[in-house]
Amino acid sequence: MRRILAILLENEPGSLSRIVGLFSQRAFNIESLTVAPTEDASLSRITIATSGDDRVLEQIVKQVNKLIDVIKITDLTERSHIERELLLIKVLAMNEKSRTEVKRITDIFRGSIVDIGKQIYTVQLTGNAEKLNAFIETMGNETEIIESVRSGCVGIARGEKALRV
Amino acid sequence: MNFLGTIKGKHMTTNSFTGAEMVVKALAAMKIKYIFGYPGGTVLDIYDAIFQQSEFEHILVRHEQAATHMADGYSRATGEVGVVLATSGPGATNCITGIATAYMDSIPMVVLSGQVPTNLIGDDAFQETDIVGCSRPVVKHSFNCRSVEDIPNTISKAFYIAKSGRPGPVVVELPKDILMPHNKGEFHIETDVQLRSYNPTEKGHPKQIRKAVKAISSAKKLVVYSGGGIVLADAAELLTELVETLNAPCTNTLMGLGGLSGTHKNFIGMLGMHGSVEANKAMANADVILALGARFDDRVTNNVKKFCPNATIIHVDIDPTSISKTINAHIPVVGLIDIVLQQLLDELIETDYQIDQKANDSWWQQINQWRAVNSVGYTQGEGKIKPQRVIEAMYKITNGEAYVCSDVGQHQMFAAQYYPFAKPRQWINSGGLGTMGFGLPAAMGVKLAFPDSHVICITGDGSIQMNIQELSTCSQYNLPVVIISLNNRSLGMVRQWQDMIYGGRHASSYMESLPDFVKLAESYGHVGMQINHLEELDDKLTEAFNIKNRLVFVDVLVDELEHVYPMQIRLGAIDDMWVRKGEKA
Repeated sequence: MRRILAILLENEPGSLSRIVGLFSQRAFNIESLTVAPTEDASLSRITIATSGDDRVLEQIVKQVNKLIDVIKITDLTERSHIERELLLIKVLAMNEKSRTEVKRITDIFRGSIVDIGKQIYTVQLTGNAEKLNAFIETMGNETEIIESVRSGCVGIARGEKALRV
Repeated sequence: MNFLGTIKGKHMTTNSFTGAEMVVKALAAMKIKYIFGYPGGTVLDIYDAIFQQSEFEHILVRHEQAATHMADGYSRATGEVGVVLATSGPGATNCITGIATAYMDSIPMVVLSGQVPTNLIGDDAFQETDIVGCSRPVVKHSFNCRSVEDIPNTISKAFYIAKSGRPGPVVVELPKDILMPHNKGEFHIETDVQLRSYNPTEKGHPKQIRKAVKAISSAKKLVVYSGGGIVLADAAELLTELVETLNAPCTNTLMGLGGLSGTHKNFIGMLGMHGSVEANKAMANADVILALGARFDDRVTNNVKKFCPNATIIHVDIDPTSISKTINAHIPVVGLIDIVLQQLLDELIETDYQIDQKANDSWWQQINQWRAVNSVGYTQGEGKIKPQRVIEAMYKITNGEAYVCSDVGQHQMFAAQYYPFAKPRQWINSGGLGTMGFGLPAAMGVKLAFPDSHVICITGDGSIQMNIQELSTCSQYNLPVVIISLNNRSLGMVRQWQDMIYGGRHASSYMESLPDFVKLAESYGHVGMQINHLEELDDKLTEAFNIKNRLVFVDVLVDELEHVYPMQIRLGAIDDMWVRKGEKA
C-alpha cells in the first residue's frame, strides 16, 4: 500500500543521507523523496512516498523515528490530507494543430504553459500523482514528450492537525 | 601538576585553547580513564595534547580494530563509555568492524576519528575517507565537527547519545585544521545535554504495565526470556526478584547470560540455535512469554513462521524498533528495563499477585522432564580432550568468577553452555555481529578495568589469529590475561556446518601451517603452554591461572571432530533440535 510520510528533522549536514541510507540499508522502498528547509531554518521537512504492508510501514516509521536527527514523523495517509506534486514537461508543438491541442489539454488539466520555444512548449502542472500520470499519458497520445521532471509529492494534513516542534 | 591546570595557567589571560586541547579537556570532563588508539598524521595534535596531561591514559594498540574491541570490552565490563582515537583514512576504516560489533550489541562507545583539513575534504587527499559516510549504517549517530568552538559540546553530545536510551557507538570526525595550534577558541562545555530530537522513553506506559501483569497473572505456562538489555541496564537483581516472585522458568539469550545466575534453580539455560532443549521447549510450549531486553533474533527464533504459536508475547524493550520487528508482540512495553521491571513488581504487589500453585507445579514438572534429556552434555572418553571438558575445568579453577571474553565459533558456544555465569558483565562476547578477533582485545580492555580478577580469553586457532598482534600491546601494558585456545586445527563451526549441511566437504575450513603458539607467545615475552593430554589438563590449567603477573597462552589441542550440540534444525520451530548426532529432541 502506498503511504506518504512527513518527517521533521534537524537541518544538519548528513541528516538526509541518514534517511536515504536507512531506506537502502533496510530494503525499504522510496517512490519519491522531497526535502527543503522549513520557515525555521534549523529544521528540514522531508516527504517520502513509499509502499509496503503494515508491518513494513511500522518498521519504517519506528526506524526513521530512531534516527537522532529526526524530531517527528507522521504517516499522512492515515487520515485526511492534501497531496501535491509539481510537473514540468516539455512537449513538441510544431504546428497549429499540435499547439492548439497542447493548450487545450493543459487547460483541461488546469496547468499552465510557462515557456515557449520555436517548436516546444513547456507546461507546468500541479496535482496528485494520479492526475500527473493522466496528464502525461494524455499529452503523450497527442504529441511527443521531449522531457519531463516531477518534484515528487509533498503533503500536509487537513484541518487542525499540524507537524511542528 | 595536571594538564587542565597547566593549560588553564598557560592561557588564563586569553582563555583560549587549541582544538586538540579542547578534545582532551572535554574527554577529561567526561571522566574517562582510558582511550584506545593509534596515532597518525591528522590526529598528531591530539596525541601531543594527550602526552601533556595525566587525567587519562592512552593505550597504544597494534591495529585500530583492536582499539575498538578493547574499548568495547572495557565498556561491557564496567558499563562506562569506551573511547577510541584513530587517524583519518585507514585508521578510521580499520575501526569499522569494531564499531559494527558494538552497534549490534548496543555497546556505548565514542570513536574520535581524524580527518584531513577542511579545505582538502573531497579532494581525495592523502589518508582521506568519508568516515562518517563509511560508518553510517553501523553507528547510533555521528558528527562532523567543523569548528574549534564546537568540539567540547560535540564530544559531550556524543557521550550522552552513546550511553543513553539503547546504547551504541557514536563517531566524531575531527578535521586536522580545527585541531592545530594556530586555531584557538573558547572552551565551554555543557555536560547536561538536552536534544529536542532525542528523548528516549524511560517509564513503561502504565496501561501496558497493567496489561502485562494481567497476562502474567493468568498464565499457566509462563517463560521469562531475557537478553542483553538486562545486562546493559544492570537490572539483574530486579530480574532475579521478578523470576522468584513468579517462580517462573527463565532463559537467557547469548547476550543475556549472567542476567539470571546460571546456577539459579529457575534458570533453564540459554535458548536458541545452541540453547538447551528445556529452554527451547519451554518457549515453544509457553502460553505467555515475557521478553525482557531481548530482540527475537534469528539465532533464537529459528523459523519465525513456526515460532511459539500459542504464546501471548509481552515484549519490554527500550528500542521500539526491536518490538514486533521479527515476532509480533501482543503487549509491547517501551521503557528502560530496570524501570519497567520495578513497575511490573509494583503492579504485582498492587494486584495482590498469587502464584497459581497447581499450574506452576505442573509446568515445572514438564520442564524437568525436558531437562532430564540433559541436552547440554558430552562424553569425554579416553581419547582426545573434549573442548567442553576444558571449559568445565576453567570453571572449576576460577570458581566461576572469571571474566570470560570469547572469540567467535565453537569455543564461544561451549563457553556459553558450560560456564554458568553468576553475574552479568562476566560474559563478554560478540553476539550480534559474530566478530572473530574480538576476544583478545576485549579481554585486554577488561583486564585494564579489573586487574585483580581472572580474565580469560577463550578462543580457537582461527579466531586468535585475527588479532594476535595485540600480544605485543599486552607486553607493553602488562595485561596478564589467560588465553585459552581450543585448538582443533580447523575452523570448527564452519567445519561443523560443512559436516552437517555440505556433505562433509571441508572447503577452506582447515587451518594449515598453524604457528607454534607456545613459541609465538614466548616471542612476545609471554608464557606459552601446550596441553595435549587429558591427564595434564587440570594441573596445567591450574598452573596457568596461578601465574599472576604474566600473560599465559594455553594452546589446548582438542578433539577436532566434536560438534556443538544441541542444535536447532534449519527452518524448523524453535524446539526442533538435534540433541546429539542423529538424535532429535
